[in-house]
Amino acid sequence: MTDNIERHTIAVLVDNEPGILARVVGLFSGRGYNIDSLTVAEVDRANRLSRITIVTSGTPMVIEQIKAQLSRLVPVHRVHDLTDEGPFVEREMALIKVVGRGEARIESLRIADIFRASVIDTTTESFVFELTGSAEKLNAFIALMEPLGLVEVSRTGAVAIARGPAKF
Amino acid sequence: MSAEPICGADIVIRALVDQGVDVVFGYPGGAVLPIYDSLFKQNALRHILVRQEGGAVHAAEGYARSTGRVGVVLVTSGPGATNAVTGLTDALMDSVPIVCLTGQVPTHLIGNDAFQEADTTGITRPCTKHNYLVKDVADLARVLHEAFYVAKSGRPGPVVVDLPKDVLFAAGPYSGPEQAQHKSYRPQLHPDPARVAEAAALIVAARKPLFYGGGGLVNSGPEACARFTELVRTVDAPCTLTLMGLGAFPASDPHFLGMVGMHGLYESNMAMHGCDLLIAVGSRFDDRVTGRLNAFSPGSKKIHIDIDPSSINKNVRVDVPLLGDCAAVLGALLGECKTAPRPEGAARQAWWKEIDAWRARDCLRYDRARRDLIKPQYALERLYALTRDRDPFITTEVGQHQMWAAQFYKFDKPYHWMTSGGLGTMGYGLPAAMGVQVAHPGALVIDIAGEASILMNIQEMSTIAQYRLPVKAFILNNQYMGMVRQWQELLHGGRYSESYTAALPDFVKLAEAFGAKGMRVERPDELDDAIRAMIETPGAVVLDVAVDQTENCFPMIPSGAAHNEMLLGPADKAEQPVSEEGMVLV
Repeated sequence: MTDNIERHTIAVLVDNEPGILARVVGLFSGRGYNIDSLTVAEVDRANRLSRITIVTSGTPMVIEQIKAQLSRLVPVHRVHDLTDEGPFVEREMALIKVVGRGEARIESLRIADIFRASVIDTTTESFVFELTGSAEKLNAFIALMEPLGLVEVSRTGAVAIARGPAKF
Repeated sequence: MSAEPICGADIVIRALVDQGVDVVFGYPGGAVLPIYDSLFKQNALRHILVRQEGGAVHAAEGYARSTGRVGVVLVTSGPGATNAVTGLTDALMDSVPIVCLTGQVPTHLIGNDAFQEADTTGITRPCTKHNYLVKDVADLARVLHEAFYVAKSGRPGPVVVDLPKDVLFAAGPYSGPEQAQHKSYRPQLHPDPARVAEAAALIVAARKPLFYGGGGLVNSGPEACARFTELVRTVDAPCTLTLMGLGAFPASDPHFLGMVGMHGLYESNMAMHGCDLLIAVGSRFDDRVTGRLNAFSPGSKKIHIDIDPSSINKNVRVDVPLLGDCAAVLGALLGECKTAPRPEGAARQAWWKEIDAWRARDCLRYDRARRDLIKPQYALERLYALTRDRDPFITTEVGQHQMWAAQFYKFDKPYHWMTSGGLGTMGYGLPAAMGVQVAHPGALVIDIAGEASILMNIQEMSTIAQYRLPVKAFILNNQYMGMVRQWQELLHGGRYSESYTAALPDFVKLAEAFGAKGMRVERPDELDDAIRAMIETPGAVVLDVAVDQTENCFPMIPSGAAHNEMLLGPADKAEQPVSEEGMVLV
């Protein structure tokens, strides 16, 4: 099958119980699906519900299988394919450490300003930038930091939500 | 709520009794001693002591598949749980409702590499429908009831409940099964009416329809099978069944074409290839059924009835998916199809004529003239002829004998055929037969076995002896792992690498050692008397039938081939070498 590979952002509402993340990740590895990124945190404390955002890629048939297989897990409440279900916003955050002195250091600060990244830690020879945005924006920023003393990147993976008043 | 707290082990027993469980298959050990102590003090639950935990799960599967109820297993921590893994995987693949209680080291030792500790929930996560680790006795009753709900609702499957020993000793409240539903897990049972109408229109308009039923029909229950049968007859369409579906439609009905798939009947596979509408009911387009996917049923529209959304469009894209319980969907479809105008007679007659031509190929023919040795097919034909009027329950192991049994033994009712389909677990048949016999003490239960498979769980002969279960083991003994040998002959130049079993036991003496009756036959003319003696012996019997060592199982769709490229017999094989792509397939 050399169908067109699509990138989909899928939101999954699950019971926040032990092993749920292992169940979801095991499903992806066991069935050979891709995970481009995965984020998870509790979003409803009263009902102990967590939201998992998975960015995955595959043929339309595989994407359909992924959603069906996720829905089949007993602690999964709802599965939403944000990519399929209309407009949505997607954000990712990254912490980026750049080490250097002199012109490179100043240049990194200048670019950070353009990207509206904020400096959350500094020494005389390093910055840690915090940057939020689309994966593409983060990629672009990281690429620009590469020659300026980039030493370390920590990224959250994407979180996403549908636009408009509709509730998940 | 119970008036006063009781210990966790007593909660377990009470929950099982309240769930209507009458028998548990298990094996004790350190971590589950409190449960065994509670078992000792009551009479409502019967415990069957197996000889290895793998046998317990297969026995529970046999119990479940022959009754439609949940099978229950009780094993200890560590090796008890890991021994159960094959059975759990088997139950997952074949959608058998099982609740397996596993002991666990006390909560404060979990993660410490304690004696007989294993990460049971971790190990069984991919081989169960769901699993639980109960860390607080206050959750115990709810989790146990929920486990039964999950095991039997929707697409059934195995559920593990891992029970740390301190939780079994701790005192906690008991609550009954009344609020046992899971808070969010609600499989869809009733189909979308618009889709039903769409499907009915296709069925009524089809010129060459074919029904393709699977194990989901049997799981849904006798009502689903009865509605399926009525629908097939109403539409006057041919019907085929998968290995797991045998019995869902009466084999004696002329609409039945026999089993479909790799070793299915020629007429079934050709009908699947040639139909213009395929109605899949509780079947999952398994690779053993479809053959090469890009050549599968190329000219047909497809309707797929299934309770599991992930089965739909998994392997084969379908035109009309009908999500729901088979019984509910078939009921709705029947209503629509009954009021629709009759199918056009001429088109249907042409379709039946085409099928009759395929039937005339007599694809199950074999050399019936041999008088000097027993053909395995002959042995099964005789077994069927001499036992059919006793309404027997048949289990099998895995391999050639299993396929021959599926081809030659005919089932008119569901719940009478127990085999390991998805996982293909050698060693399934004997313990499964034991579980069936426990559920149906007066019935004739036969394990159609191969000599290699049955040795994988032969220790259960001891369980059979202990409970005086009159299980009959009918061994087709060719001294080879027959299916392995067949593939080596067809695909690997006849290099029979490790498929011959030297030093097989004397099965007659082996039976006698376990307190059963042992018999052996080597000539066709002795066979009928031996089968009669087997049936008439009140206790357990092992009948060792020496069969033709070189017989191969046909028809066969070679790996990577399409339905219309079947091999019908040994003469076919030279013309069609298996493709390289086919070779790598299992």
